[in-house]
Amino acid sequence: MARLVTGEVAEDRGGPEGGGPEGAAPEGGGPDRAMPEIAAPDRAASPGRAVGARWSARGGVTGRLSRVRWWRAAILGVVGIYLLGPLVSALWFTVYNPRLREFSLAPYGQLFGASGFPASVRMTFLLALTTIALEFALLVPAMVAIRLRLPRLRGVVESIAMVPLVVSPVALTAGVSSVLGWGLNDQGSWIFRLDADLQSQSFPLILPFVYAILALPFAFRALDAGLRAVDLKILVEASRGLGASWPIVLWRVLLPNLRAGMLSGAVLTLALVFGEYTVASILGFVPFAVWIVQDGQGSGQLPIAVSLLSLLLSWAVLFLVSFLGGRRAAAVTDRSS
Amino acid sequence: MPAAGLELSALRRCYGAVRALDGLELALAPGELVALLGPSGCGKTTALRIVAGFERPDAGAVRLDGADITPLSAAKRDMGMVFQSYSLFPHLTAAQNVAFGLRLRKTAAPARAARAEELLELVGIGGHGARYPHQLSGGQQQRVALARALAIRPKVLLLDEPLSALDAQVRLQLRDEIRRVQLDLGITTLFVTHDQEEALSIADRVAVMRSGRLEQCAAPAQLYQRPATAFVAQFVGTMNRVRGTMVDTDLVEVAGHRLPVDGERPVPGTKVEVLLRPEAVGLEAVPARAAADPAVGTVRTATFLGAITRIAVVLEDGTQVKADLPSHRASEFPAAGRARLVPAARPVLVIEP
Repeated sequence: MARLVTGEVAEDRGGPEGGGPEGAAPEGGGPDRAMPEIAAPDRAASPGRAVGARWSARGGVTGRLSRVRWWRAAILGVVGIYLLGPLVSALWFTVYNPRLREFSLAPYGQLFGASGFPASVRMTFLLALTTIALEFALLVPAMVAIRLRLPRLRGVVESIAMVPLVVSPVALTAGVSSVLGWGLNDQGSWIFRLDADLQSQSFPLILPFVYAILALPFAFRALDAGLRAVDLKILVEASRGLGASWPIVLWRVLLPNLRAGMLSGAVLTLALVFGEYTVASILGFVPFAVWIVQDGQGSGQLPIAVSLLSLLLSWAVLFLVSFLGGRRAAAVTDRSS
Repeated sequence: MPAAGLELSALRRCYGAVRALDGLELALAPGELVALLGPSGCGKTTALRIVAGFERPDAGAVRLDGADITPLSAAKRDMGMVFQSYSLFPHLTAAQNVAFGLRLRKTAAPARAARAEELLELVGIGGHGARYPHQLSGGQQQRVALARALAIRPKVLLLDEPLSALDAQVRLQLRDEIRRVQLDLGITTLFVTHDQEEALSIADRVAVMRSGRLEQCAAPAQLYQRPATAFVAQFVGTMNRVRGTMVDTDLVEVAGHRLPVDGERPVPGTKVEVLLRPEAVGLEAVPARAAADPAVGTVRTATFLGAITRIAVVLEDGTQVKADLPSHRASEFPAAGRARLVPAARPVLVIEP
């Protein structure tokens, strides 16, 4: 009898991909995901056993583990002191009065009565929201178009988006100041009125434009990561094929799937706007960061209390976004795996 | 669902110096399923994307029921498409995915839900409507994609290698399901694949493409038994190429046997290559010390395929010939044994080398 070659038969009857009857997939994972999940412990076990054997050969596994833990604790301690030390000091400074030798939360109570505080916070929030809206209105369609139609331009656009990292805000502000001065000599002209609107003290519209540039590197990166997580071309073609117009494709298909990336970009932009001092200060506006420096200088504990509260607020937003964005990202990752 | 006739007329499409489509002509009758088959890069997916409206041809036209739809955007063509990769909207449930196109057409919510449920039932996954794509297996996702494509009652269904990402077992199952649904609905369907078995088993007609052109479009049996060109003969099914000589206007001599020849053939006396299917080749065992004979060779391998076993024999001149024999006869041809070629049926094609 000749040598039997059974490879063709084996291939015909079912390859290694998938496995398991279709439809028997448990919720949260299909048959094609089942194999890696089963295989993973085996792969993980081998190196673990090897390391364990090496440690046993040298003796004193427990001793080594405790040494590892000691180093880990030491590193965590140093990093913790570096990061938390200033915050704890600031908190101590705001709640403890060394002259009276007593604790008090009075500075936090004074916050809301402080002159200019509510107005600066409100203005900063509005500036942040406007900046975020402006940024996404510019970036989302542009990045989608680049990804779909002009992928070769991605590198160029990324380089341009990173420029604000190397251009000093002072230099940027100098340029903006000179542009804002164009209409000064022509009172009554449209450019004069535009200048005035852009520099309104109640809501300086010029700031979101500048902030959008400053936040460009962070927003670009966040959105780019979001775009990479989905198969944009397929989603667009599937929805176009079903009869969706471009605005509907953007609104009902792309934006919901870019939510994680957009939330990340929004948080980074929010943090940047809340902490931005240079541009607003030079241009003569008083958002939150400028108010802390200018109006809070006289009353020692108050500005520190404000800073701590704003930090807590930022963390709260960050956790919220991580929670919301994480769930979406997990869903998308599951799908693409 | 209204079945429509589709016509691809002299389609040309170039990407720089690469000519993806070079005057492609193809017509689908209403309710017909035609498979576009060809090797990678032959232009079949480009043709499908042009029909769908995702690409514009450099020249030529796409006509639906006689009307030129070439200038129309994809959104206005009323065609349902299932993609090779999983294309469900990840933020929508299976039922919402199916209802997406209906929502765009402003169908009332209750009617949308009913239609989605009806189609999910049709493709065999009723009851999975509330699941998100990441909670479905690959096969289930492609079923939902099929239901989504059909929900809008398209005039033409376009399938772009919808089974290639699935494992073999699910692929066979879904292939039969697609054919059943297509026949039930009587919808005109263009199915792109590089898998000849898939094309031959599912299609009313198979269109074989090569270098942007149509080589042959015929029913699967005709394509297999009467290929128009050597390329089609080689591409569809397994084919042997054996040397022979034309001994008469309609007779070719191969391995000492004279076989009748149909169709175009060279003049008598011409050295030719004879194309024979493995099932048209018989074998007989010969003693190891038999006299030299160009029709005798050495058995190399035997591949068990169930009812038949495919035996590969290498002739003296190095030509390898495959013969399909009933499996109970396989033991007559051990590895390294000697076997004589016995052409048992008329050749598929005779070509000049």
